[in-house]
Amino acid sequence: MSEIAAAAPRTWRRPKLIPDARLRWGLVVLALAYVFLALMDVDVNWPRVMEGLGRAVQFLQAFAQPDFVTRWSEINEGIRESLAMTFTSTALGILLSIPVGIGAARNMAPIPVYLVCRGIITVSRTFQEVIIAIFMVAMFGFGPLAGMVTLSFATIGFLAKLLAEDIEDIDPTQVEAIRATGAGWMQVVVYSVSPQVMPRLVGLSMYRLDINFRESAVIGIVGAGGIGATLNTAFNRYEYDTAAAIIILIILIVLLAEYASGVIRKRLQ
Amino acid sequence: MATFECDGKRCWRYLEPRQSLWMWLGWLLTVAVLVVSLRAIDESTMWIFVWDAASRGADIAERMTPPRWSYMSVLWKPLWDTINIATLGTLLGMVVSFPVAFLAARNTTPSAVFVRPLALLVIVSSRSINSLIWAILLVTIIGPGLLAGIIAIALRSIGFLGKLTYEAIEEIDPVQVEAVAATGASPAQVLDYAIIPQIMPAFAGISVYRWDINIRESTVLGLVGAGGIGLQLQSSLNILAWNQVTLILLMILATVIASEWVSAKVRHAII
Repeated sequence: MSEIAAAAPRTWRRPKLIPDARLRWGLVVLALAYVFLALMDVDVNWPRVMEGLGRAVQFLQAFAQPDFVTRWSEINEGIRESLAMTFTSTALGILLSIPVGIGAARNMAPIPVYLVCRGIITVSRTFQEVIIAIFMVAMFGFGPLAGMVTLSFATIGFLAKLLAEDIEDIDPTQVEAIRATGAGWMQVVVYSVSPQVMPRLVGLSMYRLDINFRESAVIGIVGAGGIGATLNTAFNRYEYDTAAAIIILIILIVLLAEYASGVIRKRLQ
Repeated sequence: MATFECDGKRCWRYLEPRQSLWMWLGWLLTVAVLVVSLRAIDESTMWIFVWDAASRGADIAERMTPPRWSYMSVLWKPLWDTINIATLGTLLGMVVSFPVAFLAARNTTPSAVFVRPLALLVIVSSRSINSLIWAILLVTIIGPGLLAGIIAIALRSIGFLGKLTYEAIEEIDPVQVEAVAATGASPAQVLDYAIIPQIMPAFAGISVYRWDINIRESTVLGLVGAGGIGLQLQSSLNILAWNQVTLILLMILATVIASEWVSAKVRHAII
């Protein structure tokens, strides 16, 4: 008995995430080397940063007393435009992403359709809304219409991808059962696919509504309408109190939208 | 599901009468909101520009091809900068969000009344503001350059990482916490041996996922002066060099696909 106790180790060490010591230290050294190289390339203009700290304090003070009044008509118009863009682009985006999503599901579409739809999704997901907005502004002119088209396109990348993944994961026996009754492709979609993916599609659409509002606040920077243009102007004029007011409004609306979409999602599921 | 009598037979409908009334009210409200929104957009649109959008699109497409391959030599450094902005920004975001997540989680916060709402406020305000807006703000405060971009990415990441991590902390297995506490461990030791090992894989996975998103976001920060490949995009757009724009977009596409692949591989290895 005492022999066993003597042989057993008295201390315990927790197992490491990567058991192989050489691999572990190799990764650590590599990571440190990368961070060092990357930091070398960040040249910071320290005098400029020091000078800016005063402005940072001013900005924080502006949050204590935001100015909603002076530029209220511009803020009001910007928010209305942003909301209009959000609603229309989400609706249009949902309508367009349903066919694209079905087309991008491997179990529903033939190969050529699948490749085209996957291509649309990849392009839409890769490029930031702002880059798409630059092109849309060049085509449709300044204003919220360009923003609406941009956000609709971005919505396709998000919704169609998740919808396609959902459709690929559906229970195939239900599809077989409907098909066995002699149903055509369209009837299979309506009676066996859509009931299985609908609750999640509704939830994701609500979530996207929320994202679209946030995005509508930035695409104004390149001229696509909405509150972003007002915010950018406020920064350029160094009107921090107006900028703070706009940022507070954006946060409030996002909070409200998140809460509302949470309630709706809960009720629908 | 509702059943009712019709023509002497039993019929069924998908919804109860009250449910279908709510359904119709919902649709009515949706359509009304859409009509109002469309009218607002209609008022502030110059339709005369919209009608020749197709010809302008074709014109741009023609100017964009073929891409100006020789421009590639200028792009390597901005691309490296873009990747650095995303990576260093993510690292900084991880460092800040880790403690914030513990302060925000209901089961680890030191005070549910004072500290938790503050931590949640940090998370919410960080999440509501797009990294591009953070970048504009930082460029006016600390001046243009990579640093503004890195901090902008970090500030946006705090909310994302913090929210998903604190949700993971709230879902940990309490049995392990009890087991470690039963050995007489101090609260710090409980945190170290029972809580952190449980959430580490989730935190690493979430961070890699955010890094992938940050690569995308950092490609546009240059538009407002915060460094990276967006600066080249902006200057090419300013001189209407659309064939350079094509090359930049192709570079972004390649980088994003590569980062998505890396992130998927790493997440697969961790979880």
